[in-house]
Amino acid sequence: MCSLPVPREPLRRVAVAGGTHGNEMSGVYLARQWLQAPGELQRPSFSATPVLANPAAAAACRRYVDRDLNRTFTSAFLTARPHPDDPYEVTRARELNQLLGPKASGQAFDFVLDLHNTTANVGTCLVLEAASNVFALHLCRHLQLQSPELPCRVFLYQLPGEESYSVHSAAKNGMGLELGPQPQGVLRADLFTRMRALVAAALDFIQLFNQGTAFPAFEMEVYRKVGSVDFPRTEAGDLAGTVHPQLQDRDFEPLRPGAPIFQLFSGEDALYEGESIVYPVFINEAAYYEKGIAFFQTEKFTVSVPALPALAPGPAP
Amino acid sequence: MTSCHVVKDSIKKVAIFGGTHGNELTGVFLVKHWLENAAEIQRTGLEVKPFITNPRAVKKCTRYIDCDLNRVFNPENLGKKISEDLPYEVRRAQEINNLFGPKDSEDSYDIIFDLHNTTSNMGCTLILEDSRNDFLIQMFHYIKTSLSPLPCYVYLIEHPSLKYATTRSIATYPVGIEVGPQPQGVLRADILDQMRKMIKYALDFIHNFNEGKEFPPCAIEVYKIMEKVDYPRNENGEIAAIIHPNLQDQDWKPLRPGDPVFLTLDGKTIPLGGDSTVYPVFVNEAAYYEKKEAFAKTTKLTLNAKSIRSALH
Repeated sequence: MCSLPVPREPLRRVAVAGGTHGNEMSGVYLARQWLQAPGELQRPSFSATPVLANPAAAAACRRYVDRDLNRTFTSAFLTARPHPDDPYEVTRARELNQLLGPKASGQAFDFVLDLHNTTANVGTCLVLEAASNVFALHLCRHLQLQSPELPCRVFLYQLPGEESYSVHSAAKNGMGLELGPQPQGVLRADLFTRMRALVAAALDFIQLFNQGTAFPAFEMEVYRKVGSVDFPRTEAGDLAGTVHPQLQDRDFEPLRPGAPIFQLFSGEDALYEGESIVYPVFINEAAYYEKGIAFFQTEKFTVSVPALPALAPGPAP
Repeated sequence: MTSCHVVKDSIKKVAIFGGTHGNELTGVFLVKHWLENAAEIQRTGLEVKPFITNPRAVKKCTRYIDCDLNRVFNPENLGKKISEDLPYEVRRAQEINNLFGPKDSEDSYDIIFDLHNTTSNMGCTLILEDSRNDFLIQMFHYIKTSLSPLPCYVYLIEHPSLKYATTRSIATYPVGIEVGPQPQGVLRADILDQMRKMIKYALDFIHNFNEGKEFPPCAIEVYKIMEKVDYPRNENGEIAAIIHPNLQDQDWKPLRPGDPVFLTLDGKTIPLGGDSTVYPVFVNEAAYYEKKEAFAKTTKLTLNAKSIRSALH
């Protein structure tokens, strides 16, 4: 496995994005709060930029206006010639790419933290593309150590050969932060407070790195997406049942072949037909019904993350 | 012994509405299921019609298209001249009123059950519009007893200004059924099971009543709406405080003066004022942010119903 190069310079250009999905309220309200009072995002070596990523969707309290912004940062969308009939999110992705990118360029932001909620019971879920991202894994480790009593899991979402498409992929590096369960359009104080603390801890980590702290190697459990399972459907494509009570809210717990996964409206159970244990995540996420996803299957494994060396002392500022 | 029971006509026509709010999925999928497989809701001698009230909102998985269907069943909207300029839900309300009403007429359906979900932690809730309705108090008593030990609460929305013009109000006996917590756009098996049981017991009650069973006098505890409470807002009208963690998920539990209610975005606690204990409901319901309702205060009281039996026996 080849690792992404770790930064050899301090991270000066950092952004925290909320409202990439306009009805995921923790990030929407934090971004709005920080746009008015950005002091909380300042550290001695940098000031993180707050971004309300999808303002039109946030104003309407919807996930998106025309299409999912967090699936729009592919080169096809970002480089196509702009057209007045472009979907709102395509235009907005190009704007954000100007602000945070351009994607894969030297001018791009050093790190973007993108804030999300889910209706699934994932607790705190740190969302990375792949285990090759050594710097982000160190950041995840730092967040896990802040409140060891709360589960804080790392989810790797990129399938082999898949192009990156998320908002944070416009920057040189970044990750998503998912907190759940929280209904769309609802702001819960417990998750709001938790997300605020996680962002503060993430910025603290970047500050520690920038000021020359080295971080030792460690081993970490991660969950890597291997596929997804759709709901049972009628011939017309309607739901024929829903997530089984024995699977509902059991994100990150082992699912064994033969275990019930759906309860049909007729009363029968549908069983998991895979051949090996998987770890389901994003179980019964509201926004994934239209994507044909009842849950993701992940495999759990341990990664050995190499040490993150201290930055060479630079010239005194 | 003098008989003091109330004799009522038997029930002939019942409707079960789902999708009045298109993203409250339990009612949507129960009704869709019953449209294909009606055996579960059939009772001898009774017409039971499952019906999707807001199909366009269901298709988009949104609460409504133009305006809230569950607030437009008043004479003003039902009497408007049909035109393409009317909001979709007002046109739809008139269609529903023609099919199941007309409201306040002899032709209207006897009972309409309207199935809803809430993001609030309200469990099984029955919504009552009139505190003197012996028949519905008897029905709610039957449902509560049948569901026990699962709690089932009764929310009384009788109020000079806060009662709203519901979809179900075209029936002689309107019944709101609200089960939560469930996020919008999500279908949970546990919530589905609870709502299904509420409908089963309601239909069993009607069947027993039609068969001539006499229901002796009974009493139920209800929570009557007193006032709606908005979020604290800044000078631009934006929400400046959110439901306090101590109040979140505590629907139906006593909230005393001085107890925390809101947490401001900069971390300060706002307590309950006044000098009386209230019972909060619809705490942090997603759809009520735009209605400026963080929760509703209720007071707890007991309603009594006389004995009832059907006139046919």
